[in-house]
Amino acid sequence: MVKVKNLTDKEYLYGHKACPGCGLGTIGRLALKILGERTIVALPASCMSTVTTQYPQMNYSVPSLTMAFAGTGAVLTGMSAGLKAQGVTDVHVLGLAGDGGTADIGLQALSGAVERGDDFIYICYDNEAYMNTGVQRSSLTPIGANTTNSPSGTASYGEKKPKKNLFEIMIAHRIPYAATASSAYPYDFMNKMEKTKSLRGPKFIHIMCPCPTGWGFASDLTVEIGKLAVETGMWYLAEYENGKVKMNVIPKTLKPVEEYLIKQRRFRHLNEDTIKLIREHRDSEWRIIRERWVLSNC
Amino acid sequence: MINKSKSSNLDFLNGDEAVAYGAKLCRPHVIPVYPITPQTIVVERISEFVANKLMDCEYIHVESEHSAMCAAMGASLVGARAFTATSSQGLAYMHEMLHYVSGSRFPIVMMNANRTLAAPWNIFGDQRDSLAQRDTGWIQVYVENGQEALDMIIQAYAIAEDDRVYTPVMVNIDGFVNTHTYELVDIPQQNDVDEFLPPFKSKNAIDFNHPRSFCMTASTEWNMEFRYQQQQAMDNAKKVIEEVDKKFGDKFGRYYGGLVEEYRCADAEVILVGMGSIIGTSRIVVDKMRDMGLKVGLVKLRFYRPFPVEYFKGLSNRVKAMGIIDRDISFGYEGAVASDIKSALASSGFCSKVINFIAGIAGRDITKEYIEEMYNKLFGLTQGHDEKELQFIGLRW
Amino acid sequence: MAKPQIVKFKFPESLEEMPLGPSAAAGILTEPNAGWRVQSPVIEHPKCTKCLLCWVLCPEGVIGKENEQLEIDMNYCKGCGLCAHECPKDAITMVQEGEADDQ
Repeated sequence: MVKVKNLTDKEYLYGHKACPGCGLGTIGRLALKILGERTIVALPASCMSTVTTQYPQMNYSVPSLTMAFAGTGAVLTGMSAGLKAQGVTDVHVLGLAGDGGTADIGLQALSGAVERGDDFIYICYDNEAYMNTGVQRSSLTPIGANTTNSPSGTASYGEKKPKKNLFEIMIAHRIPYAATASSAYPYDFMNKMEKTKSLRGPKFIHIMCPCPTGWGFASDLTVEIGKLAVETGMWYLAEYENGKVKMNVIPKTLKPVEEYLIKQRRFRHLNEDTIKLIREHRDSEWRIIRERWVLSNC
Repeated sequence: MINKSKSSNLDFLNGDEAVAYGAKLCRPHVIPVYPITPQTIVVERISEFVANKLMDCEYIHVESEHSAMCAAMGASLVGARAFTATSSQGLAYMHEMLHYVSGSRFPIVMMNANRTLAAPWNIFGDQRDSLAQRDTGWIQVYVENGQEALDMIIQAYAIAEDDRVYTPVMVNIDGFVNTHTYELVDIPQQNDVDEFLPPFKSKNAIDFNHPRSFCMTASTEWNMEFRYQQQQAMDNAKKVIEEVDKKFGDKFGRYYGGLVEEYRCADAEVILVGMGSIIGTSRIVVDKMRDMGLKVGLVKLRFYRPFPVEYFKGLSNRVKAMGIIDRDISFGYEGAVASDIKSALASSGFCSKVINFIAGIAGRDITKEYIEEMYNKLFGLTQGHDEKELQFIGLRW
Repeated sequence: MAKPQIVKFKFPESLEEMPLGPSAAAGILTEPNAGWRVQSPVIEHPKCTKCLLCWVLCPEGVIGKENEQLEIDMNYCKGCGLCAHECPKDAITMVQEGEADDQ
């Protein structure tokens, strides 16, 4: 278990230009505190690259490569193979990609890299839309969310489709380690990062990263919103290892989805019918989670 | 090409196999590669080398060409020598990454088996796939046969990794006509290649003692200077290509002439310019017509980028008419090679004596008869006959 | 120093001084990044138990724990208020920008 007093004071991601309150900074800096300075970061097009590598202000203290949107998995493969071929074994390669960069345009490269079993750590920080380009929907945008290209209107309640299940896609690859996490649960995240350090092969963490700007809430509420996502069952914390899924947090009863939705501008247009739709979707997801991953482990 | 091979180790290889041997001799650390006809034999032979410990490298079964180039870039970032190979649709699919790699100055070497682009779908050769990548910032060389393919893979690393260049190199070899044709190929000795091409010590790789952010965002204020650097590197490459050719020739006995090679041009009245496999056929036609007392010459354009603009500027004073064979067309204008040569000739006023022959599209044969016909049209032009600037050769109707 | 410090960056003055391709030294800060701050966090140190939750959560990493009392690097604090909102002891208050210096 990670103990805060043992964490390095060194900041390997510092001075970045992310919006105030964005969980992205927390994710990046904590991940690098765990991995340490012998880490190379791959940054596809995303908020994470845009706000950190504007010449001459370079916010990572570790080596990094800004690279193509679709290629994170493959770039990590190349780094890992290049290091191996030269006999370097003590370096971590870390991908920091957004939801669109992972679940949409980058899914093929990620799937290829995981299938090959290449040695890398991949963090998908999920702010549930293309935030960097101005809040357009991705396949990880939740049902009912208002985005700039899935707007609500007289004939639309916003995003039509529920979130793609990236965690299960990774499990389908029989990946050595996959987890979900949230920037609102930093210790849970750091413990998961700690696990990735000791395992060989592909490691994947899908971490929820509430976005004050895109979701529409005050900058001091990032953690509160992140926690509400878990408490209402709109997100869950789990890990997959040795062929088994472990739920890290199992709420006894899920809070009403309204408590989560009402705090965010992107859901404010929803009416009772659409909220019901979201509640039903959550409930059906949780039935599956409880059947597959909670009861079977008892 | 002057062949006076010093330590002969001849084998009967097709062009793809020659490329595989060339790559093997360069000891790349990482080979991420995706199969596509007619490059597949390269993929197969290298995987056999690796499977039999004849080659010590990380061979990566990437899931696309885009990923092949991504992985090569990641490998180069950590100081590894990277090689890959592709063709046609695959090259088009990695288009974005070609810009990334050249812009971030990673000296990767890639073989491209020239094949036409769909649609209509076809697996046979023309050069539109690579010519369409003109502005990606890669050095492009076109080879005539398997021997040159093998030799140019080795030279490509020497050029790409030169301090003055640090620019990726694409070695283009005509699909099927060369990739699948068996010829006697001299495979250089490994220790000779090791002497010629020392281990890669990248100047553009990560160093934990001096960490850097690579391929960072350069704003409008700084972006243009980095592009100018790429142009400078290309200019430098012209000299480096000549030097490497000389050094290679001195070591292995084969000189190729650098950016271009002239064949029987000294007193030629009309010349044809071409790239790749067509040169071999054209040499035979030149010899035959020379025997008939006709002053014909041939220019083998080897490097398309950097483009030998100075050479072509000088050529206009020497000949009466010039034909440019393009195995591609930029629809709505003319062949890409012709456009470049004509722009080099523009100040000379010579362009009226130039015919652009579009030929060999999607693998259509360019026969000796066709080449002779082209020369005859050029003679016609010198005698005042009307000739269209742009002509399709071998068109059915 | 645990946190990168602002350095006076020497921009290239000629092509010869340009790096080989678009790369630059990592961890280089050339300017503060606090211009968008409207409110500033003020720590009431007697209330602080040094649980370090703010230190962990801060998206900027501007809270320092090396010394006896927590410190905030105001060059890079954006004033998001997350630390104040999450502090279990209510030891951090957000005050209007400018007023913090007067206290």
